[in-house]
Amino acid sequence: MKMLMSQIFHPVKEDMVKNRILKIEIMRFNPDEPDRMPFMQKYTVEEDKRISILNVLQNLRDNEDPTLRFDAVCRSAVCGSCAMMINGRPGLACRTYTSELPSGIKLHPLPFFKLIGDLSVDTGTWFRAMYERTESWIHSSGSTENLYQDNEKMKAVYDLDRCIECGCCAAGCATANMSDTFITAAGLLRAARFFIDPRDERTESQWYDVIGNDEGMFGCSSYLACNDYCPKNIPMQNTLAMLRRKMIKAGIFGKSR
Amino acid sequence: MDSIIYSDFLVIGAGLAGERAAIEAVQSGLDVKIVTLVPPRRSHSSAAQGGMQAAFGYSEMSKDDSSFEHFKDTVRGSDWGCDQKTAGLFCDSAVDAVKELDGWGVPWTRINDKSGNDGLIAARNFGGTAKWRTCYCADGTGHSLMMAMDNTTAKYGIPVFDRCEAVSLIMNEDRCTGAIVLDLRSGKPVSFIAKAVLIATGGYGQLFEKTTNALICNGTGLSLVLNTGKGVLANMEAVQFHPTATVPDCLLITEGCRGDGGFLLDVNFHRFMPDYEPEAEDLASRDVVARRMIRHIADGFGVKSNYGMHLWLDIRHLGKKHIADNLREVREMCINFLGIDPVNELIPVYPAQHYSMGGIRTDINCCCEDYGIKGLFAAGESACWDIHGFNRLGGNSLAETVVAGKIAGRKASDWIRLNNPEISMSCAEHELKCQSERIRKIMEKSGGVNCFEIKSSMKKILTESAGVFRNKRDLEKALAELKELLKKSENVSLKMKPAYSSPELPEALRITGMIHLALCIVKGALLREESRGAHYREDFPNRNDELWLKRSLFRLNSDSGEPEVFYENVDVSDFPPGKRGYGEK
Repeated sequence: MKMLMSQIFHPVKEDMVKNRILKIEIMRFNPDEPDRMPFMQKYTVEEDKRISILNVLQNLRDNEDPTLRFDAVCRSAVCGSCAMMINGRPGLACRTYTSELPSGIKLHPLPFFKLIGDLSVDTGTWFRAMYERTESWIHSSGSTENLYQDNEKMKAVYDLDRCIECGCCAAGCATANMSDTFITAAGLLRAARFFIDPRDERTESQWYDVIGNDEGMFGCSSYLACNDYCPKNIPMQNTLAMLRRKMIKAGIFGKSR
Repeated sequence: MDSIIYSDFLVIGAGLAGERAAIEAVQSGLDVKIVTLVPPRRSHSSAAQGGMQAAFGYSEMSKDDSSFEHFKDTVRGSDWGCDQKTAGLFCDSAVDAVKELDGWGVPWTRINDKSGNDGLIAARNFGGTAKWRTCYCADGTGHSLMMAMDNTTAKYGIPVFDRCEAVSLIMNEDRCTGAIVLDLRSGKPVSFIAKAVLIATGGYGQLFEKTTNALICNGTGLSLVLNTGKGVLANMEAVQFHPTATVPDCLLITEGCRGDGGFLLDVNFHRFMPDYEPEAEDLASRDVVARRMIRHIADGFGVKSNYGMHLWLDIRHLGKKHIADNLREVREMCINFLGIDPVNELIPVYPAQHYSMGGIRTDINCCCEDYGIKGLFAAGESACWDIHGFNRLGGNSLAETVVAGKIAGRKASDWIRLNNPEISMSCAEHELKCQSERIRKIMEKSGGVNCFEIKSSMKKILTESAGVFRNKRDLEKALAELKELLKKSENVSLKMKPAYSSPELPEALRITGMIHLALCIVKGALLREESRGAHYREDFPNRNDELWLKRSLFRLNSDSGEPEVFYENVDVSDFPPGKRGYGEK
C-alpha cells in the first residue's frame, strides 16, 4: 500500500482523528525451557505516529520487556535480519508499517528455521549450510584476468545477487514447510545467480548433480509464494522457470547420465 | 559451544575487513576463527551503497586518473589530518582490490557507452574527487561486496561463530592472546584463545541519536581495546555526518545520487549549493555540504515538517531508466519507507551521523604493537589506520575495508610465524573468571539503574554537544554530564532476570564502554581548539596547522577510570597543507 508524501509530512491534525489503539500479540517461547509452553503475550500500543513493526518491538524492549528476543540490524531492508510472520505472512518488520495493518497484529517467528527464542530464528546456520551445498562461490580456473564483461550480463547477475537472505521465501514455501531438506527458493536463486554469471564455469550437467532432484529444483511446486513475499522483489518466477528448463534439459541430454 | 576454542588467528567482526583478513590468513595456512554479533551478511558493510574508489581511469570522465590523484583527493578530503604514507599505500592498492573482487564474483557495473572501453569497470562521480573514480554495482555495492566476501569465506571453510559478542581481550602482560566472548544464544562466556587477534567491529554511530548506522554499530571493539588500559584509540572527535539521510528515520541516501547529477533544493526549490560552492557545487566533501545545509536552514530556507526542518534532494531529472538501473536501492527505500517515488518526487533529507574516522590506532601494517598491545591488529571502520584524517571521502570506506583487511591478514600471519607466541592458559582462565564474575554481579544486582535509560541519555548528550557544530560551552557541559553518567553506569542492573539469555545482558555489559567512547569524543573535541574536516568549532572556525597537525590519542587511565588524551604529530611531508578547493574560506 503506497502512502503519499503529503500523508507523512502533514498528517491529519490530532484533534480531528483519534489515534488507533493497536492490540499486538507476540509469540513468546524459549526452547531452553521446554516445560513452558509457547504463548501469545499481549501488548497495547497507541498508534500516535507513522510507526513500523520494528519501532513497536524496539519500544517494547527498551521500555517494557527487555527479555523480548527479535533480530534487527540495518533498519532499512538491506540486511534481512528482521523477517517474521506478521499476521500470518512473512515480511520484514522494519518496512512493515502498522498503518498497513488492522489494529490487531499477531507476530510469530519464521517457520522452517530453528527457533532461538521468541521472534528470533537461526538463519545464519541454515544459510551457511546452503552456501556449502550450492558451493556458493565463483568456480573458475582463474588463469586469465579478464575484466571485460557485458554490462547487461552484470546487471542480470546483480539482479539475482540482491538476495538479503531474510528467509521470507522459505517461510512462505509449501514444500519447505513439509520438507526441511528442501533447498528452498533462496538456494535455487543462489544456483541461478552463479549459473548466469559468465565468470563461473560450472556446466548445466554439474548443476544437475546439485539441484536436479526432489530436494532441489524438482521439489518446487511452483506455488510461487517466494515470488510474492520476496521483500526485494527478486524475479523468482522467471528465475525458477529458467532453472527448471535448464535442469530438465540437463536431465534428458546430460552426458553424465 | 565448547568453553574453550583455539585458533592461530581470531577475527572479531565478520564485515568486509574482518572476512578479508581471515581469507588472507587462511590462504597463508593459518587456523582462523571468526566471531561475530550477527551472521556475516547482516554486517553493516552490506549497507554501503555508492561504491568504492579505485583509480582505473577507464570512464570518459576518469581520463588521466592515477593513484596519485586519488591520494591527493584523499589528503585534501582529510583536511591534512590523515597519515600520508598509509594513504599512499591505500591508494596504490585499491585498483588490485577491485580486480580481485571481480574474480570473487562482484558484478561491477561496466562501461556501456560505445566509448571503446565498453565492458571495463565503470566509475561514477563522488564528492571531493577530481576524477570520476568510484566503482559500483548499481547502489548496492556494499551488499555485493559482502556477498562475494562471505562466499569466499565459505569457500575456504572458515568457521564463523555468529551471535557472539566479544566482551574482553585476554591479555598476557602487553600481549593479546584471545578474547572472552559472550555466546548470545546461551548467555554464557566462552574463551577464544589465539596467537593473534584482529578487531574489525565497525564504527560507533550508535553513540548518536540521529545516525545512518545499523543498530549493532556500538563501537564495542574500541571499548575492548580501551579497557585493557594499554591500547590506544585515535581521533575519536573525528565523526562524519552524511548530508543526505532521510527524514525522520535517518536512512542513508547515497552520495551517488549527487554524483550522478542530483542536487539539493531548499524551501523555495532553489538549488543553493552552487551559491556557496561555485566549483564543487553539490559535490563538495561531506563535512562541507553538511555545514552548508544546516546554515542554510538556520538562515530560514529549511522546509518545515512534523519531524523538524529539512531540505530536499532532487534526482527527478536523472530519469526513470537511470534511477531504475543505477539508483534502484535508493528508489526502493524511498518507496518502502517514505512512500515517495524519487522518479517524480523530492526526497526529504537532513545530515546525520554516518562514519567514525576515529578508532583503534594502528601503524601502517594495521598492527597495534607500537600503540601498546602486541599480537593485536585492527582494520576497517573500527581502526584508525588513518587514511581519512578528519573527513572521509565517499567511496574510501569500502576500499579501506578490503585493502586494510588484506594487509592486516598478511601482517598478522607474518607476525605469528615470526614470533610463534606461546599461549598462556592461566591468563585465559583468569580473564574468564573476571568476566563470569562481572556477569554474575550484574545478574544478581537489583534496584540499580536501567541500561536503556543511560544509553538514551548518552545519545542525547552527544548529539547536542558533538554534532556538526561544536563549541566550548556545550562540550564542557556534556563532559560533566557524561562523567555523571559514567558513575551511574557502574550501578547498572537488569530489569528482568530470566534464566535464559536475555538481550538486556549484553546491553548492560557494553554500556560503560560506550560512555568511555563518548568521553573520548567530547574530550578530544573540547581540547582541539581548531576546525579541521568534520570537527568544526564555532569558537575556533579556522584550521590551525601551526598547533594542530596532530593526531589525538586516547588511553584509559586506570586511576581516574577515564580516558586521557595525548598527541602525536601528523607527517605532512609528501603533500604539504594547502587549500582544499571547497569549504569555508
